[in-house]
Amino acid sequence: MTNHWIDIKNADAILIMGSNAAEHHPISFKWVLEAKSRGAVVMHVDPKFSRTSARSTFHVPLRSGTDIAFLGGMIHHILENGNYFKDYVVHYTNASFIVSDSYGFRNGLFSGYDPRTSSYDRSSWSFAVDAQGRVRRDPSLRHPRCVFQLLREHYTRYSLEKVADITGVSRENLLRVYEAYAATGVPDRAGTILYALGWTQHTVGVQNIRAAAIIQLLLGNIGMAGGGINALRGEPNVQGSTDHTLLYHLVPGYMSMPLADWQTLEDYNRANTPASSDPQSANWWRNKPKYLVSLLKGWFGEHATRESDFGYSMLPKLERGEDYSYLYLFDRMYQGLIRGGFIFGLNPANSVPNSNKVRKALDNLDWLVTMDVHHTETTDNWHRPGVDPAAVKTEVFLLPSAHRLEKEGSVTNSGRWLLWHYAAVKPPGRARSFGEMIVDLGNRVRKLYRSEPGAYPDPILKASWPEGYDADEVARRINGVFTSDKVVNGRRYRKGNLVPGFGALSDDGSTSCLNWLYCGSYTQEEGNKAKRRDPRQTPMQAAIGLYPNWAWCWPLNRRILYNRASVDPQGRPFHPSKAVIAWEEGSWVGDVPDGGWPPLSSGKGKHPFIMTVHGFGQLFGPGRVDGPFPEHYEPVETPVNRHPFSGRLHNPCYKAVTGDLDRLAAPADSRYPIVLTTYNMTEHWCGGGETRNVPNLLEAEPQLYVEMSPELAEEKGIRNGDPVIVESARGRVEAIAMVTVRMRPLRIQGRIVHEIGMPFCFGWTTPGCGDATNRLTPSVGDPNTSIPEFKACLVDVRKADRLEELAR
Amino acid sequence: MAKAFLIDTSRCTACRGCQVACKEWHGLPANRTRQRGSHQNPPDLNAYNYKVVRFHEDLKGGNIRWFFFPDQCRHCVDPPCKAEAEGYVEGAVVRDEATGAVVFTLLTAKLSPQACEAVRSACPYDIPRRDEKTGRLTKCDMCIDRVAAGMAPACVKACPTGAMNFGERSEMLKLGERRLAQAKKVYPEAALVDADTVHTVFLVPDPRVDFGPPPGIDLHAFLGEPRSASISEPSLR
Repeated sequence: MTNHWIDIKNADAILIMGSNAAEHHPISFKWVLEAKSRGAVVMHVDPKFSRTSARSTFHVPLRSGTDIAFLGGMIHHILENGNYFKDYVVHYTNASFIVSDSYGFRNGLFSGYDPRTSSYDRSSWSFAVDAQGRVRRDPSLRHPRCVFQLLREHYTRYSLEKVADITGVSRENLLRVYEAYAATGVPDRAGTILYALGWTQHTVGVQNIRAAAIIQLLLGNIGMAGGGINALRGEPNVQGSTDHTLLYHLVPGYMSMPLADWQTLEDYNRANTPASSDPQSANWWRNKPKYLVSLLKGWFGEHATRESDFGYSMLPKLERGEDYSYLYLFDRMYQGLIRGGFIFGLNPANSVPNSNKVRKALDNLDWLVTMDVHHTETTDNWHRPGVDPAAVKTEVFLLPSAHRLEKEGSVTNSGRWLLWHYAAVKPPGRARSFGEMIVDLGNRVRKLYRSEPGAYPDPILKASWPEGYDADEVARRINGVFTSDKVVNGRRYRKGNLVPGFGALSDDGSTSCLNWLYCGSYTQEEGNKAKRRDPRQTPMQAAIGLYPNWAWCWPLNRRILYNRASVDPQGRPFHPSKAVIAWEEGSWVGDVPDGGWPPLSSGKGKHPFIMTVHGFGQLFGPGRVDGPFPEHYEPVETPVNRHPFSGRLHNPCYKAVTGDLDRLAAPADSRYPIVLTTYNMTEHWCGGGETRNVPNLLEAEPQLYVEMSPELAEEKGIRNGDPVIVESARGRVEAIAMVTVRMRPLRIQGRIVHEIGMPFCFGWTTPGCGDATNRLTPSVGDPNTSIPEFKACLVDVRKADRLEELAR
Repeated sequence: MAKAFLIDTSRCTACRGCQVACKEWHGLPANRTRQRGSHQNPPDLNAYNYKVVRFHEDLKGGNIRWFFFPDQCRHCVDPPCKAEAEGYVEGAVVRDEATGAVVFTLLTAKLSPQACEAVRSACPYDIPRRDEKTGRLTKCDMCIDRVAAGMAPACVKACPTGAMNFGERSEMLKLGERRLAQAKKVYPEAALVDADTVHTVFLVPDPRVDFGPPPGIDLHAFLGEPRSASISEPSLR
């Protein structure tokens, strides 16, 4: 989230899209309903009428995978009707930037596309610069090559007729949303967009969110109370694990994982440290070398010296262009290229697409170590239905794990708040926390390396590895410490003292820090700020529900990101009664500002979007691999074989693994005419491995179901409660039909298209509840993130004449 | 001072935190339920569910409506169940004057099945259910143990949206009027149900909505053996 949970109450318009907020983030609705009580309009755009829709002002059904068409139509509407917040757009976004002549877009393809590699050479997606290297701008926004005009031209195609025809949303409903949301394009109104996996899990996932960002920038909703782009992140500590880099392509703090091309620290810094010629651009990532060296100090301690390149050479390096995400990992496993590994806190045999293939892939392992609270479809894959355990060679270990309520540590919530939690009870038996298991395992490996020479012991033996796991000690290391005596802002710090904030991090080896974003969370002066529970606030903060002394928030306790965009160039709030920050008597009051510089008009200020090179919000976003503007493409499995925006049916860069089990339905495939979307549910958690073992939750949602419209049910001769078979090109699944008016048939290109929906939380280890829905979904993904397209694929459904997976 | 619930169903998202929290607090075992084409599960109140969220959906003039009703004992000011039970066993049903809680005691085990049925029939809201194993009559007890200790009932504590409220009856009635005024802006038919005669006041968006069982569900056949409360391990085949 750019903002935070409580801040939702400040919104005048709430667009919930790609999210079923009330069901999957129940606490969000405390604040959504608060905003609604104050007069906000709450709109839910989603294929299914859910418990979110029930409490929204209104619901609009659309076909899964057509969000960019819907949002592109909104961009078109905002531009054509002049609903954008002009001062904001001119001063704070890159609307005025002149794009280089080499950039172009034709028939669904941006310039630079190479069909052999299915990828773009992005060099033409650049800005024109002057002799000093500064971007050329036209604040009148009239230049035909300025971003504003290119944006207008790009979305001219997204007319109401075309959008309605492909999304299945009526013109009336389109206008109802567009008009209500575009009304926030004025200084004293704010709109927030709440999204979740309904946007990310598509082959155009990142561009869905880019489209939302463009809308928010046009309407001046970023940096404002009640505004922002708000990814609703889940209880599995998604925010914290992402910040600390669960994913392969980053190191902690959103810095790139080293590639094989960057053999030295200098190579890395040259490739990854952006430069700006504009003195008014903070270009915050210019500080990256300080953060990386501090991270290396954190990892390698005294062995990280200037002479040793701070240990950079000891890091593993990725091959450029290789994808190490789980889509590809399980494909390699299926091909027999992986011999063993660790899976903990994850149930891929249930939650990874094309799970029939994933389950077979796991059979190819010689050994597998799993760590979990319960037996899951992954830990017990070797004796799954239909498999002879004697024929599976894998030696499987299951290490019993502590539940999160049985251990101490931090969770970072969606609003980036670092919250400490305490162990409520001791873990039963010999169950232990992941932290303990990993630290001890590391020490065993270190001992082995010490006693027996290995091929390359340095990365293991020179790591700054603790003797035992201690959550408090890890929190201190994450915040960072001085590795030698140092004076910062007139204050003297001793070796071993905690670093007060990331402004004090250095690239000379004098600081160590496991994640620069969290620097300042644990200080000499105030201790572990994640433990703070102090509701004190100023009246200005109280007006927007901002609690600066409650826990701590990255970065630097800033609760609303890009808040410098909430004030005019003189530092006066655009919306005085819901001011986030204000420049008063020579200093900022309210939230922690995005940098303490004076307002822009002083000449000493900085542009507000400090994480971008130029300091402006990016309407034109050249950083993504599949285009600087979002463009509608159909899901890989789609019920249509053409769409009205271009001749390019699919995202030209989408990722896919191929093999004998990766079968795909053709566009408009008559064998699989129905769109399937998949989802979580309130009563079960993710793949259900934990909650299916909680009897009271299983009582409330006991078995796999498929939600379908009465119209489809009638067509197929299915009655409510009937057992059915849902089948895709990859697998078949048994489910109970839930025939409901909450699923509506959609009119697409003049004909009726049906969509059905299924949860993915059921699996065979819970007897009779059904088995993995993900046996249906395809191994295709977004080109930027490789997130699979769980939200849209093609199936058929028929009444079942006998059941094997479901107890009746 | 008399207490009351205010249940503002216009704010209910049917997360069922209340339904599960009630079971957890009372240590009730789970029923072995089945999916029958509805999210309403268990499909009805029973000896192991003093609270069940009921679902009702309809499609009228192109508009879908979905209403939720976290059903429970109303704790009547003048409880007919108590009057009825007294005819059979003195003290089987008591009313706590301090809170207004109507509580079924251990003495309900002395009621015959026919007497239990008579008590159930006396209830205008069809709340009491007989536990076939113990012979006792069961229902919501207002978490009177928690309330006596100054805590909110478990269902209220669990509610994230402000649908479940509990407090002094006079305060709850005032809150009800405020919430009603708010709800009427969206739902002109909204009403407070039986506010004068109960200690569990529901605010409903449309009083005409019937939360009867979903079609095709045999309410008498859904309860099987309770699930073991211990963690189940899959059997090795």
